[in-house]
Parts: sequence; structure tokens; C-alpha cells
Amino acid sequence: MTTTPELHHVRPDTVMSVRDLRIWYGTARGAVRAVDGVSFDIRRGETLGLVGESGCGKSTLGRGVLGLLPDAAKVAGHVLFEGEDLVGMSRRRLRSLRGPQLGLIFQEPMTRLNPLMRVSQHFLETLRTHQPELSKEQMRRRAIDTLGAMGIPPTRFTNYPHEFSGGMRQRIMIALALVLNPAFVVADEPTTALDVLVEAQILTILADVKRNFDTSILLITHNLGIIAEACERVAVMYAGRIAELGDARAVFARPAHPYTRELLASTISLSTTSLHYIPGAPPDLIAPPSGCRFHPRCPDAMTVCPQRHPPVVTTELNQDVACWLHGPDDQIPPGGSAPLEREAIGVADEA
Amino acid sequence: MTSEFMTPTAAPVPAQRQVGRGRFAGLRRALAPVAEARGLPKWVLYVGCALVLVFVVFAIFAPWISPYSFTQYLDGHGHRFPKSAPPNVHHWFGTNIMDTDVFSHIVYGSRTALEVVAIAVVISMLLGVPLGLFSGYYGGPLDRGLVLVMDAMFAFPSLLLAILIAFLLRGKFGFLGASFSGIMSAAISITVVYIPQYFRVIRNSVISVREEPYVEAARILGAKPRTVIGRYVFGNVVQNVPVIATLNAADALLTLAGLGFLGYGVQPTEAAEWGYDLQRALGEAAGGIWWTSVYPGLAIVLLVTGLTLVGESLNDLLNPVLRHRQLLPVNIVDDEGEVPRDDDA
Amino acid sequence: MARSSGSLPRYLVTRLLLVIPMVWILLTVVFILMRVAPGDPVQASLGGRAPQAVIEKQRHELGFDKSIVAQYGDYFNGIFHGDFGTSTSSNRTVTDVVAHEGAATLELAVAAMIFALVLGLGIGVLIGRYRDTPLDVFGRLFGVLTYAAPVFWIGILFQLLFVAKLHWLPSSGQADTLVNIHLQGEAHTNIYLVDAVISGDWGGLRNVLVHLILPGLTLGLLVCGVFIRLVRVNVIQTLKHDYIEAARARGIPEHRVVLRHAFRNALVPVVTVIGLQAALLLSGAVLTETTFNWPGIGQALIRYLNNRDYVMVQGIVTVFALIVVSVSLVIDVVTALIDPRVRYS
Repeated sequence: MTTTPELHHVRPDTVMSVRDLRIWYGTARGAVRAVDGVSFDIRRGETLGLVGESGCGKSTLGRGVLGLLPDAAKVAGHVLFEGEDLVGMSRRRLRSLRGPQLGLIFQEPMTRLNPLMRVSQHFLETLRTHQPELSKEQMRRRAIDTLGAMGIPPTRFTNYPHEFSGGMRQRIMIALALVLNPAFVVADEPTTALDVLVEAQILTILADVKRNFDTSILLITHNLGIIAEACERVAVMYAGRIAELGDARAVFARPAHPYTRELLASTISLSTTSLHYIPGAPPDLIAPPSGCRFHPRCPDAMTVCPQRHPPVVTTELNQDVACWLHGPDDQIPPGGSAPLEREAIGVADEA
Repeated sequence: MTSEFMTPTAAPVPAQRQVGRGRFAGLRRALAPVAEARGLPKWVLYVGCALVLVFVVFAIFAPWISPYSFTQYLDGHGHRFPKSAPPNVHHWFGTNIMDTDVFSHIVYGSRTALEVVAIAVVISMLLGVPLGLFSGYYGGPLDRGLVLVMDAMFAFPSLLLAILIAFLLRGKFGFLGASFSGIMSAAISITVVYIPQYFRVIRNSVISVREEPYVEAARILGAKPRTVIGRYVFGNVVQNVPVIATLNAADALLTLAGLGFLGYGVQPTEAAEWGYDLQRALGEAAGGIWWTSVYPGLAIVLLVTGLTLVGESLNDLLNPVLRHRQLLPVNIVDDEGEVPRDDDA
Repeated sequence: MARSSGSLPRYLVTRLLLVIPMVWILLTVVFILMRVAPGDPVQASLGGRAPQAVIEKQRHELGFDKSIVAQYGDYFNGIFHGDFGTSTSSNRTVTDVVAHEGAATLELAVAAMIFALVLGLGIGVLIGRYRDTPLDVFGRLFGVLTYAAPVFWIGILFQLLFVAKLHWLPSSGQADTLVNIHLQGEAHTNIYLVDAVISGDWGGLRNVLVHLILPGLTLGLLVCGVFIRLVRVNVIQTLKHDYIEAARARGIPEHRVVLRHAFRNALVPVVTVIGLQAALLLSGAVLTETTFNWPGIGQALIRYLNNRDYVMVQGIVTVFALIVVSVSLVIDVVTALIDPRVRYS
């Protein structure tokens, strides 16, 4: 149970290690803290699920670990990929990593292929960029093989994107991201825009990829079912921060953070008899709540919660959680464990 | 307004002010981005307005600003002005081949230009906008026929169309008096060119608005076509009009100058016209006489630029497709002291 | 492959069928305009003092004594057989004028288009990629100015600078007199540049090229403003597309993202607009030819208009209408070839 960085150790099979990553956007209203102090590791061949409400910074985090942010975004912290820090890396080096080492699978497959280019041209362009030493025939072979693994027949290789359905396009996009066999892939809500049957196909493909190529995947989703099905570990994100991170089964069985608990309670299943929802709106990332960002909506909030940000602690079940309910007790001021009076905040805010 | 009757602790008034009310609420809402404009677009708008304003002042106060009349070729002592004299104390911009003062032609020329353009824009708007509204809203064979005719006119080289009309209209407006008949026929020739533009833009936006759920809803609830067009459709396509009007005015100015240059515009005895002046200056250019061509041309460029800048910045501000929110520079500050760290055990 | 190319012929047929009413409407408008024109064409061509019998004879030969409906039929019948009429002021046929003067205009137009495309696409892509930088402001200003400056004024400025001041280039005409005479004797295509190459007259070719620079650049500047503006907006919008981010995510180099993905896709609407520029080019050609005394069809049209030569004016305008429609047809085909999606819609 510790929060000091010195004791932090990186396991040898870690592919990507994110440390205290912050990504802020400047707007006329002020800085949007889309990602605000996030740390996690991903191991080789592991799928880490990243779950949270819309607008909590999931997609920004996914883009951020690939260095794919608008120029005006401000990034601080470290993204260590196989020992190299992607933050502050030259554009040229970063570009050469994207494709052969880092891949991105998108949410909306319909618009991600250039409508004026044949599918074949997309593949050849990517291969030519990163492996110019291959012959044209080798590139063709490679592309057709990868597409074949995704269930796209070779006869469709020279078709235009508009000749494919949404599910097929997503499989093409996955093939395109994987044709160079990258070590790390971000899948940003890869099935949200697709129907349920296609969703199952895509998840099976991702599972195959992980098994066959030892690819590490950061799977971003707001669907807890997908996490349970596809991920070993899960990180629950709230308002630009990670609330809880741990083994997916353990987190779902025994959520340590009240937010995770509420999120799980809000899911609908066949046994659902009444709908549960978390009161209040997701926080404003320009002026986030003080202390723990979940405290205004937290049923278990204590007086310490709005005062100090909870440090990350590791529970007995090996879950990392940032919540004062789990301590560290020695950092809670006297009387801080008393339940938070809601009205009191209202008055305090107005004063 | 209600705030007077409320206690001082009541809700802040500005929140209510933002809700557009009254007759022109739609237009005001549409123009709100103009008022909120910042930075470059705002300055572009200001520069454009300033340029246009200069010529408007010239046009209105021409007799007071201009040192001579545009047909005057004798000075106070009955001496003829020198022919094609370079700029000097008596003639700031020199004199031209017609023995008249170039500066006076610039000043009176603004009057001609703005009169023609104003008439042309107003008439083509009055004809093009309603035609586009009704054609787009009702559809059917009338719409298809109108579209074909308008497309044909739009496809045809605009200056040639204007020349042909000007050719046909020569002397047809004699009843308006000598000084106005030329202006009227030039304006009508230009009008014919621009009606299709209003028609097309308005019709196309009506067609897209017509299918919007709220228009559909109004129709289902039994609103009369006139109400639907007037309140729902017009209100949502009207924001295109200021943009087209200013851009068309700029283009019309060039068409007018082109007509004048080819000898089919306002006649030199009726008014001073920059295009005609440039035609007369053409023969002298190879001989190095620059002042008779540079100044009238500059006048056209400045006025057209002014109108274009106004139109463009209005378009940028009113057209959300082109508007983009620029991200501002930001510094990451560690305001909570303690940074959470994840310990991956 | 087979899927996408299979529907192209069908698309072409549909497109061709749409052209027919367009042509019919344009030609009818031309016909009507020429009938409501003031003055009697025959009287105008023979001069005021011709005896009545001569006028009647001429009137009969030209078919002006027939009913309007019969004249309308004759008009279309002639066009179908490639006969656009014979001048009343000279004994040339419209076809002859189109072949000779038209060739000169074609030479000018092609030169102008090359200048316009090189400048417009180059500047447009550059400032679209670097939007909101000083480069962008400068490029946009250049675009506005090329649009705002009348063609003939740019022409006059060029004459002042390159002819009167620097003595670098000839002020007017398509070639020096001797070259003119030689090339007219060598008339293979009537296009001087081509004829000079065919006859191996390299001195003549150089002379023709030197004469072509100023008029070509003048007319090219008029058109390039539109390209700059359009390419810029399209590049900006295309760069926002999802597939651009996807290409970057695959590590495609930035210059390739801009040129291969953004530029090519931004070009599709530009190709469509080139079609509309044909009309602008024709309007501009009339002015440019007058400015540089270029013996093209635009100058011929103005000459025949001044002579009140109705047959010739009607013939030339008819040819213009046909050119505009054919260009738009060709452009649509090219668009369909570039963008596979068009064939399906």
C-alpha cells in the first residue's frame, strides 16, 4: 500500500507504461482537462479495457498514448513504449512507429477509408511507407492474407470502400491497423457503430489477434459487457482520471470504487427489474469538482472527499483504487470520515 | 423587463436578454455570430465596411467633395484643361484624354457605381428570393421548369448575357430622363445576371429546410403554407441573403465596369463611369500614361474588395461549416499539489 | 472492377439526356432575345439609304419575312446541319468566324487555364494546409485582389509595366505582322501555336509565345482567384475528414497525407468548378481580347454587335451556349471517372 513513485516497478513484459499523463485543451472558457494525471501499464498480449461515461476523456487518452493529438493540445507526463518516451518524441520518429509498432482502430468505420482509394491502395500505401524493401507482390500477398484472416475474400481486394458494409469496413480497418503487426493497438469503441452480430465477430477477431500475435490492446468502450468478455484487466475512468484499475473479474465482482459500483448497477441485463442511474451530470472538465471528482455524485462521500484528492491505494484483492474509503487512513484529517452533508456544499459553493 | 418587479436576489437578467424576441428574432439570432466575432474575422469585416463607407461618402457628397463636375473641361477662366496631364496641384490625379479631371471622375463614378449596383441587387433580390422560396417549397413541374431556365442562365457567360441585354435595352428608358436612363438599363442588364444566383441559393436551402422535422411538424399541425414559408422556412434561409447580396454587389460592380469598358454601359454624357474611363485610358497605356488608368482601376478594386471582405467575413461568421474553434495555448499547472500515481503491482 | 465500371455508360446516357433540355432552353432564349432586339437587321446591315426593293430582297434571302415560328424552325434546322448563318455585314459564315477567331480564343483560353491552374492549385493547397498563418492571410488577400481587379485593368497595368516601362513584351496582337501573314498561309488548325510547330517555324513560335504571355496571364489571374478560394476551403474541409486522421494513425507521411489524401479529394469539386469557369473564361476573354487587341471571337462578337449584325451575333452566341454545355458535360464525365461514388448516385 504505497503511493510513492520510487517504489514503482515496471514488469519486464510491460509493453506500454503511462505515467502521470495529462492532456489539456485550451478553449475560450478555460483549459479542458481531458486527461489529468493518468498512470497505467499494459503487458504483452494483454487487453486492458478502458471504461467510462461519454466525455470522461477516454478517447483523448487513447489518442494521447499514440501521440495523435491536435497540435494545440498540451501534453505532460510520460508514455513509455518499449523504453522510449512518446511524449516529446520527434514527429518523424513517432510517425515511423505508427503502423509497425502502434495501431489505432476507430469507432466509425464508415468514414475512415478514403472514398477515392481502392482498399488495395490503402494497404499498399501503408506497406510502402513502412516496409519499402518488400516487393509489390509481397505487399499484395501480405495485405490479402491479413484481410483473409478478417474474413474479407481476395476478390474484393481492389474494390472501393463504398462497396462494403459497415462490419466489413471495420474488419478492413482492423486488417489495415494490423497488417504491420504492431505491438500495441488502441481500439477506440470499435463496435459502437455496428450491430450486435457484427460486434461479436469483431470481438472474436480481436481475441484471435491477441492470441496469435501477442498484441497488446487498449480497448476503449462504454459497454461493460464487452469488457467482461474481452479484457483481462479494466481501468475505470471518471473525469479525466482513473478511479479504479484491476483484474476485470475482480473489479466486476467486487468493485472497490463507489463509481464502479454505481456504473455496474446501472447496466441493464435480463434480470433487471428497475433502472438504476447515477444522479447528477458528468463533471465539467474545465472546472472539475475539488478533491475527488466523483464526490458530488458519490453516495458514500465523506467530508475529506471534496478537500483532498484521494491517492491510489492497492486493495487486498490487488485492485488499484483512488478513493478515501480505502484510505490511506493516516492521510485523512481528523473527522474526515464523517458523511458529507450535501446542503453544506451548496452553501459553501455560493459563498 | 420583469426584473424591476423582482427582488434583488432574483435570477440575473442577462440570461433572459439572450433569448431573441420580437419581429426579427430569427435574423438577429442568425446575425449573433457577427456581434460575437473576435480577432481576424472581425477586423476583416471592419476593413471591408470602412472601404465601402469611403465610397458611400463619395457618392452621397459628390458635388461637395469633387473639385470639378465630371463633364467639366474648362477652368474658372474659360481655359481648357490640359489633355492627359499628369497629376498636379490643380488636378490631383491628373486629367484624361477627354480633358476632364480624373479625381472628379473617381468621386462621381462612385455615385454611378453604387446607384447601379443598389438597383440591380434590390431588384434581383426581390425577384430571385420569392421565386426560390416558392419554387423550392412547392416543387412540381413549375419548379423543374424554373430550375432549367435559371440553370441555363446561370451557365451562360454572365458578361455576355449582360451585354446582350444592354444591347437590347439601349434607349428603352428614355422616359426616366437622360441622366438616369443609362443607369437604369445598366442596372437591369446586371439584374438579369444575378436573379438565378438568388434563386439557386434560396431554393436549395428551402429544399433542405423543408425536410427538417420542425417544418414537417408545423405542416402536420395544419399550419398554412404561407405561415410555414414565412415563419419556418424563410427564417432559416434568410441568413444566406446578406452574404449573397454583398458578394453579388461586388460582382455586379465588375460587370458594370466590364459593360462600360466594352461601350455597353452608362454613356459618358450621362454619368462618370470607371469602366468607360478605363476604355479611354487603354490607348494611352502603352505610351506610359498611367494616371488615367491606375486611379479608376484602383477605385474599382477597392470598392469590390471592400464588398467582398464584408461578404466573406459574414459568410465565415454565419456559415458554421467553415467556422472552427481554435484551440488556445494552455499551460498545465499542478494546482492540487498531490499527483495521483498508479502502482501496478 | 466490373461492378464500378459497369454503371459508367448508364451514367453518361442519363447525363446526356439532361443536356438536351438545357441546350434547347439556351438556344430558345438566344433566339427570342435576338427577335426582340431593336432596329431592323437588314436595314442596319445595308445602311440607311438602301432602296426598299433591295431591303425586301435581302429580307427574303435571310428568311426574315417568314413567320416567327418558321424562323424558329429554320434556326434549329440550321444548327442541326452545322449551319449557324451568314453575316449580314460581311460575307463570312459563322462557322468560318468560329474556325478562325475561335482558334485564337482557344489559344488564349488554354494559356489562361494553365496559368490559373498552376497558381490557383499551388497557392490554394499551401494556404489550406497552413490555415490561419500569415501565409494564409497573404494568399487569401491575393485571391481577393485577383478577383476584385477588373481583367482589363490588370491588362492595362501589365502594359504599363512590361510594355511602356520595361519594353519586354509586345503590347497587343497575336503575333507580329510578318509572322501573322506566314502563319495564316500555313493554316492547318488556325491555332498559331500548333501551326507554327507543324510548319517548323520556330522563330514564329517564339513570337507567338511572347505575344501570348500577357493576355494569358491576365485572363489566368481572373480565373485563379476562384481556384485559390475553392481549393483552400476544400483542403481545409478534407483535412478534417476521418480518413485523414486514420491515414496519420497508420504513419503515412504528412506530405503524402496532404497531397494524396486531402488534395486529390479536394480536387473533385474543383474539377466541377472548372466547368463553371468556362463561362467566366469566355466573359473574361471578351474583355482580354479587347484589351490586347487579340483577334479572337469575343472581340469579333463586340464588332458584330456594334455593326448590328444579328445573324452573326446570334450565331456566335449560339456557339458559346453549345461550348458551355459541352464543357459541363465533359467535366461531369471527368468527375465520374475521378470519384467512383458519383456513378452510383
